[in-house]
Amino acid sequence: MTIDLEMAEIINVFFQESDEGLDAMESGLLSLEGGSDCEAINTIFRAAHSIKGGAGTFGFGEISKFTHAVETLLDQMRNGTRGVSAETVQVLLQAVDAMREMVALARAGTPGRPAAADAVGARLIEILEGPVDPAEAPTTTAAPEAVATPEPPAQAPAAAFAAGPLVQPAAPGGPAHWRIRFVPHASLFETCNDPLRMFMQLESLGRLTVQVFSKGVPALTEIEPTQCHLSWTLDLHGAVTQEQLVEVFDWVDSNSSIGYERLDEPGSPGNLPAPAVRAPAPMPEPPSAPTAAVAPAAAAAPEGPTAAPASRANVDASSIRVGTEKVDALINLVGELVITQSMLGRFAEGADAGKDLELLRRGLAHLSRNTRELQESVLKIRMLPISFSFNRFPRLVRELSRKLEKKVELRLRGENTELDKIVLEKIGDPLVHLVRNSLDHGLESPAARIASGKSETGVLELNAYHQGGSVIIEVKDDGAGLDCTKILAKARERHLLADDAVLSEEQIHNLIFLPGFSTAESVSDVSGRGVGMDVVRRNITDLGGHVQISSEQGRGSTIRIRLPLTLAILEGQMLRVGRETYVMSLVSIIETVQPRPDHLHTVSGHAELFKHRDEYLPVLRLHEIFDIEPDSRDIASGLLVVAESDGRRVAILVDELQAQQQVVIKSLDRNYKQVPGLAGATIHGDGTVALILDVPSLIAKFSARTAASVGRAA
Amino acid sequence: MTATILTVDDSASMRQMVSFTLKRAGYTVVEAADGVEALNYARTSAVDLVLTDVNMPNMDGISLVRELRQLQAYKFVPMLMLTTESGQDKKMQGKAAGATGWLVKPFNPEKLLATIVKVL
Amino acid sequence: MTVVHKAVEEVKQQYLSFILAGEQYGVDVVRVQELKGWDSVTRVPSTPPYVLGVINLRGAIVPVIDLRIRLHLGQAPYGPATVIVVVRVPGARGERTVGLVVDAMNSVHDIAPSAIRPPPSLPGKVDDRFLEGIMVEGGKLMLLLDVAALVTSSIEDG
Repeated sequence: MTIDLEMAEIINVFFQESDEGLDAMESGLLSLEGGSDCEAINTIFRAAHSIKGGAGTFGFGEISKFTHAVETLLDQMRNGTRGVSAETVQVLLQAVDAMREMVALARAGTPGRPAAADAVGARLIEILEGPVDPAEAPTTTAAPEAVATPEPPAQAPAAAFAAGPLVQPAAPGGPAHWRIRFVPHASLFETCNDPLRMFMQLESLGRLTVQVFSKGVPALTEIEPTQCHLSWTLDLHGAVTQEQLVEVFDWVDSNSSIGYERLDEPGSPGNLPAPAVRAPAPMPEPPSAPTAAVAPAAAAAPEGPTAAPASRANVDASSIRVGTEKVDALINLVGELVITQSMLGRFAEGADAGKDLELLRRGLAHLSRNTRELQESVLKIRMLPISFSFNRFPRLVRELSRKLEKKVELRLRGENTELDKIVLEKIGDPLVHLVRNSLDHGLESPAARIASGKSETGVLELNAYHQGGSVIIEVKDDGAGLDCTKILAKARERHLLADDAVLSEEQIHNLIFLPGFSTAESVSDVSGRGVGMDVVRRNITDLGGHVQISSEQGRGSTIRIRLPLTLAILEGQMLRVGRETYVMSLVSIIETVQPRPDHLHTVSGHAELFKHRDEYLPVLRLHEIFDIEPDSRDIASGLLVVAESDGRRVAILVDELQAQQQVVIKSLDRNYKQVPGLAGATIHGDGTVALILDVPSLIAKFSARTAASVGRAA
Repeated sequence: MTATILTVDDSASMRQMVSFTLKRAGYTVVEAADGVEALNYARTSAVDLVLTDVNMPNMDGISLVRELRQLQAYKFVPMLMLTTESGQDKKMQGKAAGATGWLVKPFNPEKLLATIVKVL
Repeated sequence: MTVVHKAVEEVKQQYLSFILAGEQYGVDVVRVQELKGWDSVTRVPSTPPYVLGVINLRGAIVPVIDLRIRLHLGQAPYGPATVIVVVRVPGARGERTVGLVVDAMNSVHDIAPSAIRPPPSLPGKVDDRFLEGIMVEGGKLMLLLDVAALVTSSIEDG
């Protein structure tokens, strides 16, 4: 049904807005630590208010109820009745987490209230009921509200209709005769309240008789047509309650006088047309909350969750919010493309070779540029700023540093650096792990830092920038750096290394990327175990990226991640083996060398090694793995492409290197299936297909073959 | 000639819900994301009804009503505020600014349409 | 009193027929996307011998299967009459577009389902997993291929 689809779409928008609102609340709350800020509190309040309203409208009662308490607390803070304390901010941050969880549950189709929300909810109510410390300096000039205690959650609107004493209790079913005296103020029309319409509403409730009093109407020459000079007496017969009548006149209560009289019951006290006075809203009773049950936990603010706050669904997989500038740019480019096309089209009709050829060439160059720009523009649509990922870190670092009792200053740079949506999503968890590592193992305790002559506060820097066709993300800390001795010892202990192996400092550093490696004395629950650096590296290489670590013992470490700007396009090196051309991602290529025969060695009769600088690299004969007839089987007459993946380096033998170019990646498994050794395919300018090499699986295939042939030889 | 309704709310989902409900009922709808946008629109185009949220950035609903009432074309256009039930004083402030009435949030589509019929 | 019997028109199905090693084969026209002449195919390593490679079909990467090799009919050289029948069949990720190399095109036939006989097990002939049935058309035997089963098995079992 289209209607349900439309509603579902609107509810989706609500979820997205809620995510954004929760983000705004979180960053607003974090900024309150620096000092109470009127504007920030207002923003936070509005965000909560919006979420509450939307949740109620779209049927998410739990979220609405929960947010109501949050909103009430924020309201007190914004009008000055309650001061901003670190504790309140902490509880509100936890409330934001709980709300995130509830939104996620609602989004998944299973709306509910998780246990965490109960704890935080109870704490909120405690605070609301507890003593209030009014703000020292009133942050707003709002009139002091009479209400210092929370409003009851969603009461039926009827409770608000405390207009005047009730003459009679609701007469269920029985017919009544009401006399209503309606005396509007002269200004009634200025608010566009139309007596006629109100009377029509009354008419739908029963039998209505209307009597108008026009004595108040001034002489024609003095009449002010925008003023109301009439009043009415209305008689209504029907099974009508006073509440129903009050509802009809609800909007005009403040700019008219209304009196209700029930005439059918003898002895009912008349209710003269005194100006209707709204009885002050009854002091709302404190909402019944299960405080008793949660008392022990409520003693101190509940411990924040050690896991990262409920996953942020800003970066939602199924839809993208695109800035209008990007769309406008696209529209312009398509316009240019159409013009260029038509320009060239004209040549199809009678070209005069020679002069026209030059114009044709120029037109084609235009076209080529247009198409390239269009392509870049379209790809940019999927790009989002890395701030989406970086945004979780202020909170994370704050909580972790508290937990670890370390002082940390977080610096974020390059938050506007854009990268592909999917890359952004997938780099999130690895970054979190790296940051945790830095905090847990890298940065020292304040005491240790002072002892080694450093400042008490450690610095953790997250930096992102573009370089060529890649995005570089750096995680830098000025902590203890990597301890080579410890790493070597651990590696030897785990038999990851031969006892006599001699490694360069860089090689020792890279040992931490080996599976199961962890030098932590105790497995702290902060970084955990198992999700080691090897998984981080795997995640990064799966994205077509590259990670390396550089460190100076005692001074700190820098982890440098290189990621492709987009997953759809690759910076590729074309290469040829025999009659076949392949593309290899530039990111995996360290360098290409012309091998010197004296650098080539054969071990045990078949394993071929190439001495590259200080390393011995295995030679991977691409022609063997792919069963191609090469130009020559002699390594010395070919080229060796030194490639790296997962910390392993190989030298790939090819016949010739061709151009470097950007290629569009097309998958093989759409119509066929994954082929080991290949990452996909691309289409050349001439229309032919070139295959893209996948270095990690190539290396795996190679290792398997080598092992097999060793087995055979044995 | 169908009636044109201007709906003002900083929440896109709320705007869309109101818009969707009203359009289905045959009204023409114009959306604005805050008071400033609404006012800019109103300066050059008239509508038959204004529905506005109260809590909005840049210009809140009550200020919007006040400003709109200054425009010749909007002196006698009914204006309804979308308010939460806790805002009793907001209702009064709204009336003082010139609002015709209000609609309490959260509301369902039926309530919205029934309320519109009271003024259109 | 005359009783007139009106024969009920049977709904016929359309089949595209092609020649492969002298035999006539038919595939349901619904599966056929287009016909292509022989084109340059990029070899893909680590694939079974009947997967010749992939071609560029208006920007899509489409695998090409040599039906002769697949059905063990002996390989033949490719020439100007060689046709690639591009079919669309259900696959692991939605629909797969695959090219099948045949010797030559034949024609399109309207076939009444009642005329189709179940495939006999002919030793040494086509694997009957891939046959929907057989029939006689224009005096010649036509083997009806279950192209979906054929393609899926060629890719997944390969």
